[in-house]
Amino acid sequence: MTEPVIEVRGLNKHFNIGGGFFSKPNDVVRAVDNISFDVMRGESFGIVGESGSGKTTLGRCMMQIIKPSSGSVKFHGTDLVGADQKTLRQIWQAIRMVFQDPQSSLNPRLRVIDLIGQSISKAEGLKGAALADRVSELLTKVGLRPEFLHRYPNAFSGGQRQRLGIARALATNPEVIIADEAVSALDVSIQAQTLNLLKDLQEQYALTYIFVAHDLAVVEHFCDRIAVMYLGQIVELSTTTDLFQNPKHPYTRALLEAVPIPDPRARKPRRLKGEAIPIVASKGCRFSPRCPHATDMCRETVPTTRKIDGADVLCHYAGDI
Amino acid sequence: MTLTDTSPVSDNSKDTNLVPELLGPWSLIWRKFKRHRLAYFSLWFVGFIYLMALFGEFLTTQDINETNRRAPFAPPMSVQLFTNDESGTSQFLLHARGLKLELNEEERRRTFVEDPDKIIPLGFFVEGYDYKLLGLIPLNTHLFGAKNPRDRVYFFGADRLGRDIYSRIVMGTRVSMSIGLVGVALSMVIGISLGGISGYYGGWIDNIIQRLIEFIRSIPTIPLWMGLAAAIPLGWPPLRTYFVVTVIVSMIGWTSLAREVRGKFLSLRKEDFVTAARLDGLTDWEVIRRHMVPSFSSHIIASLTLAVPLMILAETSLSFLGIGLQPPTVSWGTLLKEAQNIRTIIQAPWLLIAPGTMIVMAVLALNFLGDGLRDAADPNAH
Repeated sequence: MTEPVIEVRGLNKHFNIGGGFFSKPNDVVRAVDNISFDVMRGESFGIVGESGSGKTTLGRCMMQIIKPSSGSVKFHGTDLVGADQKTLRQIWQAIRMVFQDPQSSLNPRLRVIDLIGQSISKAEGLKGAALADRVSELLTKVGLRPEFLHRYPNAFSGGQRQRLGIARALATNPEVIIADEAVSALDVSIQAQTLNLLKDLQEQYALTYIFVAHDLAVVEHFCDRIAVMYLGQIVELSTTTDLFQNPKHPYTRALLEAVPIPDPRARKPRRLKGEAIPIVASKGCRFSPRCPHATDMCRETVPTTRKIDGADVLCHYAGDI
Repeated sequence: MTLTDTSPVSDNSKDTNLVPELLGPWSLIWRKFKRHRLAYFSLWFVGFIYLMALFGEFLTTQDINETNRRAPFAPPMSVQLFTNDESGTSQFLLHARGLKLELNEEERRRTFVEDPDKIIPLGFFVEGYDYKLLGLIPLNTHLFGAKNPRDRVYFFGADRLGRDIYSRIVMGTRVSMSIGLVGVALSMVIGISLGGISGYYGGWIDNIIQRLIEFIRSIPTIPLWMGLAAAIPLGWPPLRTYFVVTVIVSMIGWTSLAREVRGKFLSLRKEDFVTAARLDGLTDWEVIRRHMVPSFSSHIIASLTLAVPLMILAETSLSFLGIGLQPPTVSWGTLLKEAQNIRTIIQAPWLLIAPGTMIVMAVLALNFLGDGLRDAADPNAH
């Protein structure tokens, strides 16, 4: 758990809003704004945030599906940013992705064997019976029956489809799996099953997970470390226990308080006011318009990430409030 | 599988026999298409028309270039099943009633009237003029016609030179229907490649191609065609003229197809399954071929089917205006051209009605077919 597998340094992705053929863009959305973190071998690294916080964009920038504006993503020292297609294809075998919606990530026109097998036949050149054997083996690994080989994805339930997605990710014996909201499309009991499956696979194959989610309850039980994102920035990064027991950033606190407690007599949480507006002024802390503790300094000066009790926090007053 | 089940391997073994044979996407489309009665019927009809184009000579009753001085503007003959012989008893005999010229006192000119004494017996697989079936097999058998090769029947009447309209329509099918196919094939090649490039790569290439399409579409069609057609030298052989006309017709046709392909590419490019395929290590070309094209090919087939009637109509309009195919070539358009002036239409309305009906039926059938295919190919339609 000490050696970093992936090192992200100063990653940026800016989208231009408006503007056309001849005119300049009106605004810039900083979907991923100067993000740096390490992912250690064998850990489950969670990325949480509300919708629009840039967590999915971050995952896709790491895979180079979306080309980042600047920064670097290093996998065992090889930079993915600016790498050529050949190198990327090599790395894509080692870093795999599980998508949020298995319905849309599995081409409805291909059979299971083709869907899961195409990466194997690309990577190892397997064909025919050997390929079928490998795919049935993978299906068994994720708890599906090997006879499903020649079915189309529409013959499966939501949970089974996500298992197919996982089998597809496992096909090239990866080191890292980026799971982009992998369980949020499933209902709660299937979520639990899928998470258990991912845990089992992690133990068996020493996988490293980068787990993008919006559901705190899911990451709490699944991840070792968690990065909380707000409007493209990591506002707090710390171990799961620390984050849940001693949240330092006011946004993390607000998030944790918003988790519904199944007790009608429980105290109503303080609600955050306003909403996350992606186009922000360059001045001050991005959370300051909604922060209950914001001062003039927050509105004027951009905070820098500070280390407080082992956690990285992006707040002027973290630790004091 | 129960909800709390954590080891589904052992659990869902019981439903093996309950799972019906699963259909692939194409068989699902076919099943849906068959339920669309009108389209299904149109498929047969269109198939029939293309067979007619293929085996044209076999279906004709007369040589299309043979003139008859005695039958200019002869009206359609009536086909009857029974004859009365001398004794007055009715007898079964498939025949057509011959025509004779009579002076019409009122109109002060000679008109055709039915001649009850002139009976032309009709039959199937009769002997007629010599031809080569599919351009290969020499034959003189025709599906039906007058039993005596020297008799002439005019099912749909005759034109000003006494040529049989029916036979000419049958032979015109070949040119008119194939111009639709060839034209669409040509637009397909241009449309899919330019639309595909536009949609897959986007950016400035997309911009240039889209502006080009807008430019082409902003030119009024008829003057453009006329300009292009005027460039065809009159001395060219019919085959070359035919080819050039096809190219001209597809000059416009590709634009709408290119737009559709581009739209499909744009929407598919962002689909998760395309991203997933790229992450599986597939090259751009493999992603396009294995994942993108199959998911819109049914849609493209439907659009192509809908483009065929437009091509046919375009050829017809061009030929009607006299700037498309020239008279020795027989197409539905050149046949309609015969019915260009009012006097002819009053005197011999069949010159307009017969080819006109044929065009309308062919175009309608192709449209219904295309609609049916489009509905069947759309997974969201019910």
